[in-house]
Amino acid sequence: MNLSFHIVVCAGIVPDPLQTLEPVIGDSGPALKNEMLLPAVLDPWAAHALYEAAHLARGHAGSKVWLVSLSPRAKLQQVMMTVAQKAPFELVALDGPAGGFTDSAEVAGALAAAIEAIPGLDRSRLLLFGGWESAARGAGTTLAMVGERLGIFDQFQGVDELRVEPDGSLRILERVEGGRHQISRCAGPPAVLGWATGSLAEPPNQPQLGMQNMRTILPALQRAQSVALPAAELRFVRVALPSQQRQTRIVRDVAAEEVAREIVDWIRG
Amino acid sequence: MSEPELTRPVMETDIVCAGFGPAAGGFLTTLARRLADPSKPPIESRAMPGLPLQVVCYERADDIGFGVSGAVTRARAIRESFPDLDPAAIPMAAAVSREKLVYLLDPIGASRRPAALRLADRLIRALGSVLGLEHEALELAWLPAFLKKEDGLVLSIAQFNQWVGQQLLMTGAVQIWPGTPVADIVVENGTVAGVRLMDQGVDRHGKPAAGYQPGMEVRAALTVAADGPVGAVGRRLDAAFGTPEGFDNREWAIGMKFVIELAGQAELETGTVIHTIGYPEPEIFGFLYVHPERIASVGIFVPSWFDNPARTAYRYLQHYIRHPYLWRYLEGGRLRSWGAKSIRESGRRGEPKLAGNGYARIGEGSASTNVLTNSGVDEAWATGVMLAEAVIELLEQGKPFTRENLEASYVARRRASWVEKEARMAEHARDGFHRGFLSGLAGVALAGLTRGRLRLPGRPRKPAPSLEEYFRGRIPPEEIARIRAECARQNRPLHDALMERAGWPPIPLDGRLLVSHQDALLVGGKVQAPPGVADHVVFLYPYLCEECGMRICVEICSGEAIQPRADGPPVFEREKCVHCGACVWNCPRENVLLEAGAGGLHSAEN
Repeated sequence: MNLSFHIVVCAGIVPDPLQTLEPVIGDSGPALKNEMLLPAVLDPWAAHALYEAAHLARGHAGSKVWLVSLSPRAKLQQVMMTVAQKAPFELVALDGPAGGFTDSAEVAGALAAAIEAIPGLDRSRLLLFGGWESAARGAGTTLAMVGERLGIFDQFQGVDELRVEPDGSLRILERVEGGRHQISRCAGPPAVLGWATGSLAEPPNQPQLGMQNMRTILPALQRAQSVALPAAELRFVRVALPSQQRQTRIVRDVAAEEVAREIVDWIRG
Repeated sequence: MSEPELTRPVMETDIVCAGFGPAAGGFLTTLARRLADPSKPPIESRAMPGLPLQVVCYERADDIGFGVSGAVTRARAIRESFPDLDPAAIPMAAAVSREKLVYLLDPIGASRRPAALRLADRLIRALGSVLGLEHEALELAWLPAFLKKEDGLVLSIAQFNQWVGQQLLMTGAVQIWPGTPVADIVVENGTVAGVRLMDQGVDRHGKPAAGYQPGMEVRAALTVAADGPVGAVGRRLDAAFGTPEGFDNREWAIGMKFVIELAGQAELETGTVIHTIGYPEPEIFGFLYVHPERIASVGIFVPSWFDNPARTAYRYLQHYIRHPYLWRYLEGGRLRSWGAKSIRESGRRGEPKLAGNGYARIGEGSASTNVLTNSGVDEAWATGVMLAEAVIELLEQGKPFTRENLEASYVARRRASWVEKEARMAEHARDGFHRGFLSGLAGVALAGLTRGRLRLPGRPRKPAPSLEEYFRGRIPPEEIARIRAECARQNRPLHDALMERAGWPPIPLDGRLLVSHQDALLVGGKVQAPPGVADHVVFLYPYLCEECGMRICVEICSGEAIQPRADGPPVFEREKCVHCGACVWNCPRENVLLEAGAGGLHSAEN
């Protein structure tokens, strides 16, 4: 039985979550102030999906990973300098906005079209990976719609673990309420997996891998097509950052239980 | 049973560059243009025959726009590389529109001013209406030519680096890899044969741990050290090949700045550049640069000749921005980010060996910063361009990167350049500061106005005084002892308590612009310290720390990453470190080692 996969990871880029973000209303609608100045990272949930994809591909000879991203090309190029050192993949780049103030159906349409155009992609072996949520598009709906447009109806969200059984079926742990997992079984690809955090740590930088990846990344960036996302039908009633409260205190040599208790007390007020 | 030894991976390339800043930007831009020029014969790789020349640059920080500073620069060399440069293409860049030199009086009465300066202040106040004293400041009618940055640019170096990097990568001729610190050089038979990247999967002391991955050895015919004023590669080159006779690298400054979003009422034209002297302490110089979209960089330089052993750049910066002359612009603004770096200020006397077999040095680590004109970015860029021109010449002639060939091509270019000419003028410009603030200013003026022909004699650098000596007449020794004991009990630095006892008022934190040092670490920056790497700040001999009564490293630490501890050396928390190197410059016993390190806290707006 051929247990190799064609894994497509959909991954946007987002401003580093620790940056000071501020929504503003511009001529073309809402945006994040100075977004292009801010350092960007691969959307954290999608990054986990990429690490899981690389791990799965490594364990199943003949598998291949593509990373499909709709992002401003210049920023994507910058993010790739780091991401390319983390896992082997081939980039499919679309040049467009990544700020989150876009219609997820439009984004899904563009991503699905790009995936359909990947040369040599075997849809019968396709696993569509991405984040179950997004730091930019919190609804986490884009991946599901990409899957639907590609005609993939076995969809799993909040995935923390994927195990390939000897018969080729997939055993999937999805997060459910109460901090528990639901175990699902699926006959095999094609399937959509929206990853939560998975269980893999961020891989260390591997310079050789980066150089290897860059041979395909640069041409992909150079031929990245510009994607216009018509927003005429889209109206934002209100945009706001979640309110936040921060209090800093330095402690040393304090037991984790004590720190946890203090945080709980602080949350309870 | 011992763990099996992992083989260190090896990669062959042609040119490896450590650090991506303005110097590497100039080097790679010039080199990449030649390599990508279809009208010229291709230059083939020797490391990988059949492929074009392989050029790789490794940057320590997680992105190519982190860990650097904002600046005003005449941009002569940068404009030569980009003749059609439009500042609007670079985020946060603006042409210099107006420039002022301002003397700030002390509105609080807490700064330590020499008697002559106090007298001058009294005279200025007495003649205030005639001289135009306003907001406790005197705008000087004349700005010396050597300080002027007319026709220059106000830049965020982080954004400038990103802009340069994006263009470089799109050429496909060179590769830049952030998040990849270079730990060491590889030396074989007196020749630098490449570099070794940092080990991963190690404990805090560098011992192999889970997931150990030895740092790759990157072999190259030419290693370019462009890793700045406190770079590990530069230091290893000094250790391996020595320094020139007369080498003196003991002058430095810590530059710290805020990036501030100005409030609506602030009347400041984009491109405005304000240089200040006189406050918060006479030795501390300051600046305010206005970027587009109502963003300003405001900062200070705490120099090596400022001998307060409890020196703290952060607290002084807070007092600085609250000076009435600046506060009228900054009040109501919001802190967007914060950052610090050290600056090599020894000028030509701190110049290391610029080239040797298999290596060359460019940028600030090669002592390119001009201490008279307060300019470093443009000079660094120029040195990178010069090295690239030399490298292209040698490659086209098929000559190896030997010391002789690099001296005849690169070093000769440096010696004939405006960077060198101006460095010679600046060589003794700051000697007078070791005699005092006024003689220091006189020395700078004399060197600047006579183009370096005349100078005030200096005085040998003195070690920092004790706290009791520094605060003599202001805080009694027994009270210093009480403050010291109190702070030791609370495991906190001394500077806040000492400054407040010396008359500096507490900072009224407002949560927007005036925030605690700890909170500033989280404003606009990126806290990052990957697991599995060794601590990059190492206290070499713990007993020396235990004996040290000064702990200047704790007081000066830009990120409060070095914290006091009752017994033993201070505690280092690498998550907070911005890799400024203040601990290295300030340790009176040279007991601090700053190694290559990933992570740290950075802002892409600096």
